[in-house]
Amino acid sequence: MTDTYQKTATVTKAPVFSMAQVAPWVIAVIFLMVLPIAFGSNSAITIMNQMMITIVFALSYNMLLGQGGMLSFGHAVYMGVGGFFCMHLMNIVEANELPIPLPVLPIFGGLFGLGLATIVGSFSTRKAGTVFAMISLGIGELIAACSVIIVAFFGGEEGMPGDRTYFLPFFGTEFLRQIEVYYLIAFWTVLSALLMYLFSRTPVGRMANAVRDNPERAEFLGYSARWVRFFSFCGAGFFAGIAGGLFAINYEILTETNLSTTQSGIILLITFLGGVGFFFGPILGAIAFTLLQSVLSLQSEIWQLYLGALFLATVMFFPGGLAGVLMMHVPAARMGRLGWLVGPYLRTILPALIGIAGLAALMELLFHVRHSATGDTDMTLFWVTFDSHSILPWIVAIVATVGGIWLARQGAPKLRETWHRANTPGAAKTTGGAA
Amino acid sequence: MDLVVINLIDGLFYGLLLFMLSSGLTLIFSMMGVLNFAHASFYMLGAYFAYQISMYLGFWMGLLIAPLIVGIAGAGVERYGLRRVHQYGHVPELIFTFGLALLIEELVKFFWGNNLMAYQEPEILKFALFSVGANAVPAYKVFMIFTSIAIFVGLLYVLTRTRVGMIIQAALSYPRTVEALGHNVPLVFMGVFGVGTALAGVAGVLAGPVLGTFPGMAFVLGSIVFVTIVIGGLGSLWGALAASLLLGWLTTFAASSSFQFADLLNFFGMTRPEDMSESYLRDLWSLTLPQIGPILPYILMVLILVFRPYGLFGKRDV
Amino acid sequence: MTVPALQLEGLRKSFGKTEIIRGVDLSIGRSERHAIIGPNGAGKSTLFNLITGRFPQTSGKVRLHGHDLAGMAPFEINRRGLSRSFQITNIFSNMTVFENVRCSLLWSQGYKYSFWNMVSRSRELTEGAMEILEQINLTSRAQLPAGVLSYAEQRALEIGITIAGGADVIMLDEPTAGMSHSETDYIVELIRKVTENKTLIMVEHDMGVVFGLADYISVLVYGEIIATGRPEEVRANPKVQEAYLGAALEAEH
Repeated sequence: MTDTYQKTATVTKAPVFSMAQVAPWVIAVIFLMVLPIAFGSNSAITIMNQMMITIVFALSYNMLLGQGGMLSFGHAVYMGVGGFFCMHLMNIVEANELPIPLPVLPIFGGLFGLGLATIVGSFSTRKAGTVFAMISLGIGELIAACSVIIVAFFGGEEGMPGDRTYFLPFFGTEFLRQIEVYYLIAFWTVLSALLMYLFSRTPVGRMANAVRDNPERAEFLGYSARWVRFFSFCGAGFFAGIAGGLFAINYEILTETNLSTTQSGIILLITFLGGVGFFFGPILGAIAFTLLQSVLSLQSEIWQLYLGALFLATVMFFPGGLAGVLMMHVPAARMGRLGWLVGPYLRTILPALIGIAGLAALMELLFHVRHSATGDTDMTLFWVTFDSHSILPWIVAIVATVGGIWLARQGAPKLRETWHRANTPGAAKTTGGAA
Repeated sequence: MDLVVINLIDGLFYGLLLFMLSSGLTLIFSMMGVLNFAHASFYMLGAYFAYQISMYLGFWMGLLIAPLIVGIAGAGVERYGLRRVHQYGHVPELIFTFGLALLIEELVKFFWGNNLMAYQEPEILKFALFSVGANAVPAYKVFMIFTSIAIFVGLLYVLTRTRVGMIIQAALSYPRTVEALGHNVPLVFMGVFGVGTALAGVAGVLAGPVLGTFPGMAFVLGSIVFVTIVIGGLGSLWGALAASLLLGWLTTFAASSSFQFADLLNFFGMTRPEDMSESYLRDLWSLTLPQIGPILPYILMVLILVFRPYGLFGKRDV
Repeated sequence: MTVPALQLEGLRKSFGKTEIIRGVDLSIGRSERHAIIGPNGAGKSTLFNLITGRFPQTSGKVRLHGHDLAGMAPFEINRRGLSRSFQITNIFSNMTVFENVRCSLLWSQGYKYSFWNMVSRSRELTEGAMEILEQINLTSRAQLPAGVLSYAEQRALEIGITIAGGADVIMLDEPTAGMSHSETDYIVELIRKVTENKTLIMVEHDMGVVFGLADYISVLVYGEIIATGRPEEVRANPKVQEAYLGAALEAEH
């Protein structure tokens, strides 16, 4: 967050968007269009839908954290409330046969998220930092707790179900099939992402960065830090509400889980893993997290432990997240020196991965021994089934852990040196030629 | 009347428990400017460690050893984690402690599973000390109240009467100056973090048998503790005390009251609708005060923030 | 008589029982370059903070072009045409140099809190920012993050941010603090250039800078102004020599 900065639009005299700015969006649209052709199975589309909803949510969260410097522990509330409102609207449309097409529904979710954000933001954006974080947590808890009490709106513990197919057919589509929902969500994802990107280029979006870096200085430029925060907050609430509307359309039910602080924590985790310093960071985070979740949760009972460890490691060692790590390579890439790094990377990261896999195996073994039913000693790990109470798997895991980490440490100095040289203009690939 | 006395005792118990957490949290916050999101996780660790120790050495050794281990763990976290993240600023520090809270919860699940632990108060304190009307007051609760008061008096003595306390107080406001005077401020920070987390550990050891020892216990109490220090005013020890007791009594009295919102609606001349399923106010008619007891702290926090943004005792420039 | 750019009337400020500013009366005319000097702890920075609305005053009045500034937040004061720099470098270090300057132009160019304009599409903003960068000689640094600039460059950038908004009263808090001789000369020239036809109020320790730049000098000692006047008058004032300048001037000779 500190050493990363928003990439500036290049200082061009011509006031039009350059190719470099437009190209990623065109590619994204084409990519989303053809994706279901490559992965057409229902489960793949389910995952992709979830991914896109998470992208909108994470981007809206980063309007607060990355761009505005506001750490929220209660952002799920705006998505949830927007979603609940859309559920009600769905039921009203069904009951009264209102002539509204389904694709406009997220707008209403967004407006409701915006409304709630306007109320909460009016007193929570006075300060950033710790105070803001604590208020967001308190409000989040308050609304989450209300969901059990105000049954009329939140549906109590059963949640609020609805049916998306009663809307006015949209060019003959009634959204009975997953693939139709996919394109609806894809449209809203691209539109929301584009709008959020453009927001970051507007005066208030630019000032959000200024206020994040130095609220006091911003005040002496004529801007009230509080109002700048308030506008970012409202924008974030609006797009979170849109994500909630998309959730409502996709799943046709919202429950109290959607409002919970756990949900708010997850979106913080996703956004931070992806990287808060760059616009595309949260997109990476949402994609990586959804894939990780759908793969790991099938493989391991303690995947959340790994996730927690990964998150903590990211905070400590890579505060720029995934996007930060990627962007670190830009200077070397500009000088055409990425090739230099391949060898040292392989020599360090490969053993490190083996070490991590070994460590994970140890954890799984320990977990199995501690928590499996008595007599159940069979376990499957890395596609191998074995007896967790015998000595051999333990030895293999320990050897892999120790060996992998040792090898990685051996390769690290070389990697550091090559990294340094690849980023120093005019440096040679190796020290002293053939020495 | 009897109920009032019982509620006063229960509220005091809960309030002091809150203060044991919020005081450490406040001390750490005012010294390092970082709100330790994982503070309640150390409370949970205290309970789990004490449970594990009590299985072999009994409750009293648990009470003695578990907070020590928690404090050492806390100091380690400060030394090897927080100090590293400090260079990135306060928000990453807060995110770090948030991640730590996640990880500790997962670790607890990893080692002890998801179930409630059979951690109980010692046999020697399992009796009713006295009773008020028909309500018995367990000796353990009274023991807890006195233990926590003793700890605070000790803490207050150390902070205001000893040399170490003076250095800590000075380091709170002028860390640079204190460092220039030759004191090892990072060590002081680590010590305060250790003591603060150990205090949370004590709270965990004491509360574990009463409130239950399970992986969600950190989260249940944690958010209330944060609300407490926001209400009291970030960084104010007296504010933390006042808010802790206030919330303790507020939630206890709310939980035991028989107030129904239907009465209030009737009082304002509204009549109960015949067909409840159509009325949007239907939830209000069936609402009781004990039901909304758990969210009262949050409502109070919002009110405080709207009318007194810096908390009850907060300084304006925190 | 015209309305002075900035007027202080019986300004007082206490922190607890300690009175830091003890009744300051000062009138600074338009397009005047006014330096406030005084020994350490005289309350110069506090005076700055009172004028710019960072702290509320205990009593007294601050008038900017005749308008009372009582109870105004810094951003409101700024919108009335007063801009300031800080003793400690205070820039947006994660943003590029260009962005720093462009942000400081936004309000004065009337963009306010708009979220329907694209900043990069505005020719006025881009050209305005480049013009300021030209003035402070940072054109070649435009795309670097401000945090990586050298100290003197950061100070120059800070002055650029301060003047960019087009304020006509500029307040600089120790603009040359911690600089080498050549850097100081460079910044003084810069200040002279960018504050042409503007009212400049500055706190400064370097007497060379003060006597080279200021039209008028006020001497603040223990929260009171003991002398105000042309540099040569202040230099000759026995009270000033006794309280403050004597030591400094002797040291110079």
